[in-house]
Amino acid sequence: MFRTLALSAVAAFGLATASFAAGGAGHIEDFDFPFEGPFGAFDQNQLQRGLQIYTEVCSACHGLKFVPIRTLSDEGGPHLPEDQVRAYAANYEVFDAELDDFRPATEKDSFPASALSNAPDLSLMAKARAGFHGPYGLGINQFVKGIGGPEYIASLLTGYTGKEKEEAGAVLYENTAFPGGWISMAPPLSDEQVEFADGHSNDLHHMAEDVSAFLMWTAEPKLMARKQAGFAGVVFLALLSVLLYLTNKRLWAPVKGKKSA
Amino acid sequence: MSGIPHDHYEPKSNGEKWLHSRLPIVGLLYDTLMIPTPKNLNWMWIWGIVLTFCLALQIVTGIVLVMHYTPHVDMAFASVEHIMRNVNGGYMLRYLHANGASLFFIAVYAHIFRGLYYGSYKAPREITWIIGMLIYLMMMGTAFMGYVLPWGQMSFWGATVITGLFGAIPFIGEALQTWLLGGPAVDNATLNRFFSLHYLLPFVIAGLVIVHIWAFHTTGNNNPTGVEVRRGSKEDAKKDTLPFWPYFVIKDLFALAVIMTVFFAIVGFMPNYLGHPDNYIEANALATPAHIVPEWYFLPFYAILRAFTSEVWVVQIASFVTGGIIDAKFFGVLAMFGAIAVMALAPWLDTSSVRSGRYRPMFKWWFALLVVDFFALMWLGAMPAEEPYASFSLIAAAYWFGYFLVILPLLGVIEKPLAQPATIEEDFDAHYGKSADATPAE
Repeated sequence: MFRTLALSAVAAFGLATASFAAGGAGHIEDFDFPFEGPFGAFDQNQLQRGLQIYTEVCSACHGLKFVPIRTLSDEGGPHLPEDQVRAYAANYEVFDAELDDFRPATEKDSFPASALSNAPDLSLMAKARAGFHGPYGLGINQFVKGIGGPEYIASLLTGYTGKEKEEAGAVLYENTAFPGGWISMAPPLSDEQVEFADGHSNDLHHMAEDVSAFLMWTAEPKLMARKQAGFAGVVFLALLSVLLYLTNKRLWAPVKGKKSA
Repeated sequence: MSGIPHDHYEPKSNGEKWLHSRLPIVGLLYDTLMIPTPKNLNWMWIWGIVLTFCLALQIVTGIVLVMHYTPHVDMAFASVEHIMRNVNGGYMLRYLHANGASLFFIAVYAHIFRGLYYGSYKAPREITWIIGMLIYLMMMGTAFMGYVLPWGQMSFWGATVITGLFGAIPFIGEALQTWLLGGPAVDNATLNRFFSLHYLLPFVIAGLVIVHIWAFHTTGNNNPTGVEVRRGSKEDAKKDTLPFWPYFVIKDLFALAVIMTVFFAIVGFMPNYLGHPDNYIEANALATPAHIVPEWYFLPFYAILRAFTSEVWVVQIASFVTGGIIDAKFFGVLAMFGAIAVMALAPWLDTSSVRSGRYRPMFKWWFALLVVDFFALMWLGAMPAEEPYASFSLIAAAYWFGYFLVILPLLGVIEKPLAQPATIEEDFDAHYGKSADATPAE
């Protein structure tokens, strides 16, 4: 016990000091997403196409366990009609503890978790791959160009070079966006893999963009409400600042004499 | 309250007299709000209000967040997502609370450096300063434990690293760490006690804030000249001061509104910019993140912690003298807490009789260098522990200690201060011109 404690303390401290040793950040391309910037908004059609790609491709291995299916009909999201959402939910099976058995999902359930244990849940991936301390050096780019998690996901999906290698019995695929350069996920998307009902372009680049936008919505479903609230707050507070500035000026005017010098 | 002579509350109606003879609460509020305040206070004197607002904001948003949060290792992360997705306005509450912590620290650092430049820590305000340092320490503890609650990767590994610091204490360290964690590693017991303390400490801070305000209301505010308010008579005092209400309340509210505008822009448009993306991955004891970095407000002291490696001669001497009891790890911990301790001791380390840095020609430059040093340490704390950052960290850490332990004591002896104004009124009139028309605002 004493020994494990000492070791874990040492390991923890070592981690703190050596935390940056790992490196090899990948190359992230700048995509222009419609939701970037203070006034950017989700494109409802793009989110619906992204949902289709997720359903037909990603969901074979990955899950979205934090996303309630009913939110697909939310405004500011894919905004699907409620009957469509109900029909969509029935495509999934969930385990019901009360029935002690599997049953078709309803819109009140969340998306299923990942089917493969080594496929990470995608609910929050767009936020887990961005930020000021971002592992991929996105801090300044995020600020200046709006580059963030969705760019990382799209870059990853389009970043396969086609090279493969085998390591410890597992196949690794070369990817220019992935840190370290080799990823165990096989290239999931290829040109014209998904047919869109609206006839939208389905080359790899467009599909990567669409599914990344969808994953940004799953990570930050209240993005549009948040920006609206932020905008209202800024306008209101700026106005309040002006009023308080004038009040303050008038209040102090008799105390502060005329500047003579 | 003692101190600057001013008009006190006089109960007029029978009802007021009845209450005043039983509980003089109206008088207390009146005297607190009408306290004579040096009229030359500049814009660096607004941070107190901002900090009070931050504390209130954090407590109010925190109390509502607790209504939807579940402190259990299996449910904490999901309950935060529940707040973000299903609770009405929950995403706004959480982003206000998370970014509120950053605003809190921006304000406290501005407040502390204001005090360091204008000598607010000097007699007779040492108690105010010491209580302020205690508040700052508690803020750091509260922020650290709050960051653990969402139970993301950085929560878990940050908690593991920071509690590991206590394990570095010789002899009792490991037992102490186990006691703090409630087990051999960060787990459910840790999460629960951090939750409990994260809820408790803000109220302790609120109590200390009252004492902090009480202390400086007793001594009176410092001001940019460092010259005391004349206290010979009420008339003299009135020439140097204005009542807190309405003059400084309105001024401070204006500043607060401007700061809130920027704050809401950050909350609305880039709420995750200051956070660590890894915290959107659920805690996993089996997967160590590639980069464990504390929140930005801890980085300067984190850099000092890491600066003292076993290659540094001071560490080697300390290790040799103590027969290995003080190793590099423990030395780093001592240095980190020492960096805050020397700051708390500033009232006794600064030998200069002149309070304000405005009239100290040499001090000014050393102080400016300290500010640069603080930001350098913040940057270095986020850099990898390798050359050249390690050497830079050591130099920057050495300057931090040098400033408090060598430069402050020495400057008081060798520095020739400039002439100070005789009164606050003189300074104020020099800035704004003598008020020709002395009639108050209608």
